This record gives sequence, C-alpha cells and structure tokens, in this order.
Amino acid sequence: MKTPRAMIASFDTPGGLLHAAEEVRDKGYTRFDCHSSFPIHGMDDAMGLKRSPLGFIVGGMAVLGAVVGMGLQGWVTTVDYPLIFSGKPLWSWQAYIIITFAMLVLFGAFGTVLGMLFLNRLPRWHHPLFTSDRFASVTDDGFFISIEADDPKFDPEQTAAFLASIGGKDIETIEGEAR
Amino acid sequence: MIQFDSSTFTLSRTGSLQRIFLVSGVIGLALSVVAWFADSQHLYQSYLVAFAFWTTLALGMLFFTMLHHVTGAVWGLVIRRSSEAMMTVFPLLLLFFIPVVIGSHDLFHWTHEEAVREDFLLQWKAPYLNFTFFVVRGVLFFAVWIALAVFLNRYSLAQDTGADPGAARRMRYLSAAGIVLYAISSTFAAFDWLMSLEPHWYSTIFGVYIFVGGFLAALTFMTLFFLFLRSKGAMGNVVTREHYHDLGRMIFAFTVFWAYIAGSQYFLIWYANIPEETSWFLTRWNDGWKTVSLVIIIFHFAVPFVVLVFHSTKQNLKVLGTVAGILLVMHYVDMYWIVMPNFTENVQLSWMDLVTFVGIGGLVMWRFIIRYARSPLVPVKDPKLRQSIEHRV
Repeated sequence: MKTPRAMIASFDTPGGLLHAAEEVRDKGYTRFDCHSSFPIHGMDDAMGLKRSPLGFIVGGMAVLGAVVGMGLQGWVTTVDYPLIFSGKPLWSWQAYIIITFAMLVLFGAFGTVLGMLFLNRLPRWHHPLFTSDRFASVTDDGFFISIEADDPKFDPEQTAAFLASIGGKDIETIEGEAR
Repeated sequence: MIQFDSSTFTLSRTGSLQRIFLVSGVIGLALSVVAWFADSQHLYQSYLVAFAFWTTLALGMLFFTMLHHVTGAVWGLVIRRSSEAMMTVFPLLLLFFIPVVIGSHDLFHWTHEEAVREDFLLQWKAPYLNFTFFVVRGVLFFAVWIALAVFLNRYSLAQDTGADPGAARRMRYLSAAGIVLYAISSTFAAFDWLMSLEPHWYSTIFGVYIFVGGFLAALTFMTLFFLFLRSKGAMGNVVTREHYHDLGRMIFAFTVFWAYIAGSQYFLIWYANIPEETSWFLTRWNDGWKTVSLVIIIFHFAVPFVVLVFHSTKQNLKVLGTVAGILLVMHYVDMYWIVMPNFTENVQLSWMDLVTFVGIGGLVMWRFIIRYARSPLVPVKDPKLRQSIEHRV
C-alpha cells in the first residue's frame, strides 16, 4: 500500500533555497532536508542543524585503537612471549608508541568512515524521493526542499500551502511503500 | 589609555604602554648588570634562556608572516601586522647577542682550548665549533632575518599607500625564498646557541624542535596580544571569534607537532641507547629536572591537547587565552630546561632569570609596540582585507 512519504518544493536559486530553509526551520519543522547539486554556504545555520556528533565517535574509536595497540604489544612482550630486546625491560612502552599511534589513527579513520555512513543512515538502496521525475534535476540545476511525512507538524494541505507561501514551486507529494 | 579608531584602523595614545615596557626593560637590564658583578656565570646562563625565548618568539613571528604570504591565506590578514611588527626587533636582538658572545667562555665548553686539546670529539668538531666561526655564523643568521624583516615590512607598508600594486606578489616571492633561508639559519642557530651547550651531544631534529617551539610561542603570543587589545576595546570587531578559532586550531595543530618532534627526538635516542646521546636525557631525568620534564610533558602537550581537541573550547576566548598563556610560559620553561641542566645538577631558580627576561623582553616589547602602533593595524589597501574581516569557516 502506498502512503505519502514526503512533500517536495523546488526553488529557482540557491539564495531562495537558503531563505526557504530558514522559513521552514522557523515554522518548527524538524524532519526536512535541502537538496542541491553543490554545497551552499550558511546552509547548516539556515536549516538549524546542530554540529555533527561524528567527532565523538572518532575520538572514542581513536582512544580504543590506542588501548588495543598498546595492550596488544604489552601483552605479547610481557605475558605471551617475553623476550628481552637490546637489554631493555620487557615492558618497554616507548617502543610501543609508534604502533599505538598508528592504531589510534587507523581506528580513528574507521570511526570516521563508518560513523559517517551510520549517521547518514547509509547504505540505503532507494529513497521514495527518487520516484519523482522532477526531483532528478537536483543533480543538475534544481534546488529542492523536502519535508518528511512523519514530521510531527506535517499536514498534507497546510504544508503544501506553507511551501507555496515561501516561494516553493512544483509542490509534489511523494508516495512510497508504508514503512 | 589606548585608543583605537575603527575607521582608519589606527592605534593612538600607546605612550604609557611604551613607557612601561621601556622602563621595565631598562630596569631589568640594569639589574642584570648588577647580577653580572654578583655571579657572572649564572647571569650568562639566565641571560641565554631569556635570549633564546625572545629570539625564538621573533623567529616564530617571521615564519608566520612568510607562511602567510606563501600560502596566500586570507584569515590571518587582520593579525599579520603584529607579526610584521615583531620582526623589527631583530636588530635589537643582534645587540642582545653580544653578551652571549662575550659570555661564551662561561657558556660553551667547546670554547675552552685546554678542553678541546684533550677531547677527540671536540677536536673533530673544531672546524665548525670554534669561536670565530661561531660569531660569524651568528651575525650571518641575524643578517638573513633582518633582511627578510626589512623587505617584508617595506613592501607591506608600500601596499598601504596604494603606490605599489606589485607588493603582494613581491612579498610572496620573497617569502618563498625566505622560508628556505629561514629553515637553514634557524636550524643552525639552534645548533649553535642551544645544542652546542653540550658539545658531545647531537640531535639532528633539534632545529625543528626549537622552530616549532618558537612558532607555537608566536601563535600564543598573538592570541594573548589580541585578547589584550580586545580588553582595551581595540580591534574587537576586526579580529573576531572566527580568527581566534583559527588561532586555536593552529595552536592545537602545533602543540601536537611539537609533541611529535619532541617524542621523535626522545624515541630515537632511547632506542639507539648510545651513551653520548642518552646522557642529555639522563641529566634531565634526575632530581628536580625530572619534575621539570614532567611539567613540560603535561603542560606543553597533554593539557593543551585535551582542552583544545574540542570544537567549542577553541572558540571560547577565556579557555583559549588560558591555554595560550600556559603554552607561552611553557616555552620559557622549555628553553630553561634545554639550557640550565648543562650547568646545574638540580633546579636552581634565581632572581637573575627574572631580570634578564624582563630586561630583554621589556625592550623587545617596547620596540614591538612602537612599530605596531605606527601604521594602520591591518593592511588597509589589501584587496582581501574585507574578506579577511568577514572570514567565516
């Protein structure tokens, strides 16, 4: 069964999209997105987006990597297979720093990529927005705002009227499989 | 006391500030002379620490200016005049180099002929480490720095009148060549004035270590200086939170880089375990010096790293100012930690450390303020100025 999933409106210019985003934000919508083929300066503020929590994921992973790196070498050289190298103590933490650092960077990089995918809800193979023919121009010269149907403020008629009032054109309801 | 005209970007009524620095500098130097009669040997040691601190700071400022030109950075345009102003202290520092030359017999073991005669390594190094060549090199280093400072300042001021449309390009070309000269001269200056205090010891990364410390000192100095101006109601809407954020990022990056270089230096020496190399670190891991070493590790790296790693702290002027203050103090401690353990078994704080620091620093700051207030505080005719003031990431 198909149900409304989102409503899109197109805008002519990046500036128009930016101002429309501010209007949508101020109206109290929370589940909406702006689409353009290039990044628009100031869009984060206009949409009222908060800072991405990605840094904390990366930081956590980096610390984990350092602990794993140091722990692995420490365990091998002191417990599992103790060997004396060049007269230095078994627990020679200085020698482990390089691999610890490398593991920190490696885990941090994993955290960055995987965390980014997770926060962007990727991978996903399809989105109802792609059923709209008009929306395809977003990769070329189109600027769109989409408001999700599960936004608490979403109302088929009022939202359409609101999008028209802030300069949106070609307002279209996107239907998709019910979740 | 200070007055700022935001339409012409000029600073006026800095007279009392200049007087404070001049008077404290002269008093500091006068007391240093007194100290010379009391204990000339200790005075020279304290003096070298202060000299190293202020020279590396000025070198950091020179590097900042050149880096800025070479990369064509926009954000730092509004603070570049401060680094340009600090470059004008090199002639003064050349004068302050004279006592180092005079005191070289008390400072540098390799100047003792009888010691060199009995020491194979010192004989081996004598073609480089001898008094004449030491002085010639010192003068040469200063000649390079003074020349770069003079021309970079001249072009920059010529730009203000609008009479020289090619100034920006000339500054860029000069900086590109200047950075190479700077790398060579500052590396060997670090070898000469600081590393050769222990002439048997060597570390090829030492020049980078001193350079990073100086550059970090320059970044923290500028942060504190502009926070000071801001508190006096000057430049507040020119150097904005965005610029402090950028300074914070630079400080963070170079704190990490400093730790990376310091760690590499330690790591290689620890790994190879050759006595003539490890002795340098062993003396710094004894008694009171161990405390100083730990203080440097904690406050020159660990604390600034943990604090500045977050996005919000780099934008918080109070936090950023505090960290910058800590790091600037740590740069002095770092210089102290490099110089002093060569002479004393244990930490021996002395009033001479203070008077030499104030003596050199007072005059350096006096010269800096004079030059900074003499011209507009930003390059007013630079086409990128507006972009720099409104700069946002």
